[in-house]
Amino acid sequence: MNEPQKSGVEPDEWASLRTYTKARIALGKTGVSVPLKESLAFKLAHAHAKDAVYSQLQIDDLQAKLAPAGLPIHVLHSQASSRDIYLQRPDFGRRLDDTSVKLLNQLQSPSADICIIVADGLSATAVMRNAGLVVRRLIEKAQLASYSLAPILLVEQGRVAITDAIGDLLRPKLAVILIGERPGLSSFDSLGAYLTYAPKSGLTDERRNCISNIREEGLKPSQAADKIMHLIQAAFRLQLTGIALKEDDGLDGADTYREIEEA
Amino acid sequence: MAHLFTVGGFTYRFDDLKQLLAKASPLRSGDTLAGITAHSYEERVAAQMALADVPLTTFLNEAVIPYETDEVTRLIIDTHDVAAFSPVKSFTVGELRDWLLSDHATSERLRQVSPGLTPEMVAAVSKLMRNQDLILVAKKCEVVTRFRNTQGLRGHLSVRLQPNHPTDEAKGIAASVIDGLLYGSGDAMIGINPATDSPAATSRLLLMLNDLRERFAIPTQSCVLSHITTTLQLMERQMPVDLVFQSIAGTEKANASFGITCSLLQEAYEAGLSLKRGTLGQNLMYFETGQGSALSANAHHGVDQQTCEVRAYAVARQFKPFLVNSVVGFIGPEYLFDGKQIIRAGLEDHFCGKLMGLPMGMDICYTNHAQADQDDMDTLLTLLGVAGVNFIMGVPGADDIMLNYQSTSFHDALYVRRALGLRSAPEFEEWLVRQGIIDNQGNRLSGGAAKKLYTALLPA
Repeated sequence: MNEPQKSGVEPDEWASLRTYTKARIALGKTGVSVPLKESLAFKLAHAHAKDAVYSQLQIDDLQAKLAPAGLPIHVLHSQASSRDIYLQRPDFGRRLDDTSVKLLNQLQSPSADICIIVADGLSATAVMRNAGLVVRRLIEKAQLASYSLAPILLVEQGRVAITDAIGDLLRPKLAVILIGERPGLSSFDSLGAYLTYAPKSGLTDERRNCISNIREEGLKPSQAADKIMHLIQAAFRLQLTGIALKEDDGLDGADTYREIEEA
Repeated sequence: MAHLFTVGGFTYRFDDLKQLLAKASPLRSGDTLAGITAHSYEERVAAQMALADVPLTTFLNEAVIPYETDEVTRLIIDTHDVAAFSPVKSFTVGELRDWLLSDHATSERLRQVSPGLTPEMVAAVSKLMRNQDLILVAKKCEVVTRFRNTQGLRGHLSVRLQPNHPTDEAKGIAASVIDGLLYGSGDAMIGINPATDSPAATSRLLLMLNDLRERFAIPTQSCVLSHITTTLQLMERQMPVDLVFQSIAGTEKANASFGITCSLLQEAYEAGLSLKRGTLGQNLMYFETGQGSALSANAHHGVDQQTCEVRAYAVARQFKPFLVNSVVGFIGPEYLFDGKQIIRAGLEDHFCGKLMGLPMGMDICYTNHAQADQDDMDTLLTLLGVAGVNFIMGVPGADDIMLNYQSTSFHDALYVRRALGLRSAPEFEEWLVRQGIIDNQGNRLSGGAAKKLYTALLPA
């Protein structure tokens, strides 16, 4: 009559597949619905991601992490004066504020081959965790390959296209911006790298190449630096970035299968 | 031509159709960002009242983006079907709204009129409609497409299984595919967003999906969502390309920012057809769209984002697509700020796409910087299920670990099917029953069949 009921949660038999991916697979079910344990785990992850969106660059820490590279470091700010304005006005995040423009003009830095920019984007947490390693390794490799480097620029409340505003003033041949990506539930610390050849105002996204998911559990920072360097060399060879530059540029029909195996 | 409308002794002036459409749009952050929204609640309703009085023929004489400078406008004007338009040609926008909801506008009549409606007419009428109007009219539109199975039949709701992985690991992707198939997802397609857009990475994924599908004779289709220039290269090399993907937008300049033109789409469409891989039909294009894409490329020409979106549907319908997906909340809060705006936009996109004759599905989604959460997605999912959406996304646990956003899950698909009595694509449902994954009532079975399947599916 009034027997105690079981909760009805049925686990999935293929839970072992979880070793292959961080995706939320084999969650089990009650009826057709997600068990409460998984539902709450999702909510917690969402809370972490929301918190990452509102995180801030720790400029002193970041400068300390980048100091060993031996390049001058400058701090810039976009025209977005707060995070809430940043979220609603991406145009402000793409432009430098007056102080930053003045600072770059005063540098009178000779035009370099490569300019490395680090911006908070949508997750300063991602920058604080991953940018130091990527930048240091990238600088080592660039110097080995005899590229000249502009000062490192740290940008608060920056978007990808602030690259172009910086390009207008410093005129590097190529710019790389490392920027916190839109946080996901299982990856609120994921960094993206965007390469722009001959950056200047008015460029659109098809003129850039992107490497995403740079973080310990995704594309490791050291591997990311290698990948970025590979793209930089291809970009200098072709004198462009964007959709005309494929990551495996030079791949021809005869080699398709061999290269696919290696990919 | 200027449009005037007087409310309580004050006369609002709207300089042209473009401005009238923008000011009549329900509020959304993207139009505010573009600086084209109504300045007050009253002005918005005045614009809607003025828009209601505009004859549909006005839209044939006044382009929101000049014919001379935009190939999407040229496509819209040059392909306008005068015969299909004739039953509604005497209507104003307001009369069109009333007619669409009337019992005269049957599914068959809507299908006949569709090629006579330009995207701007459809966008305009949607601005006068409440959410329930958008749902009811969309429900009347049935758009059926075929490749290896049948999509869009009344009473069916399909799922794109989206097994993305941050580094395109074969085993990681396979694990998500298995999870999805065992939860009854994957009838719209198995579609991977590759982390890296390269011919080599795309080929590897295509070969893997093709092998999986052939070994288990799954009546579905696959897609790796690389740029269309990559896909073209791969089709030349006879790689197993089922669906040809591309993101599209509603202006020539926005499409240029995606690296495409209408003629490039045509070239890819023809290349896809030449492969002859569809067994039930030859709808093979897969387009993704989303409000705000034109503005984000600074290519909106002062046109509101919802009108730009519907212009993208005019591009899509030239290529008889298998599926069209509005990725509604992906673009972020600067275009659709919160759950309310995302839900409204989702219903608009679905309605407008269906009325334009497209097999509309939707990535019911949001990003973590938007003011939305899974409760908002449940609401939109339920509403779109009622409205007869062709397909939704199935992402493990609704959490895309590659694209960093939240969508709908395999469980969500089971929820909406159960709550509304909807079923999988018929050919796929038969396969699920044959494999012992579900029973004839659509309940998922547990036990040996699943184990056998997942052991065999996982690549060595």
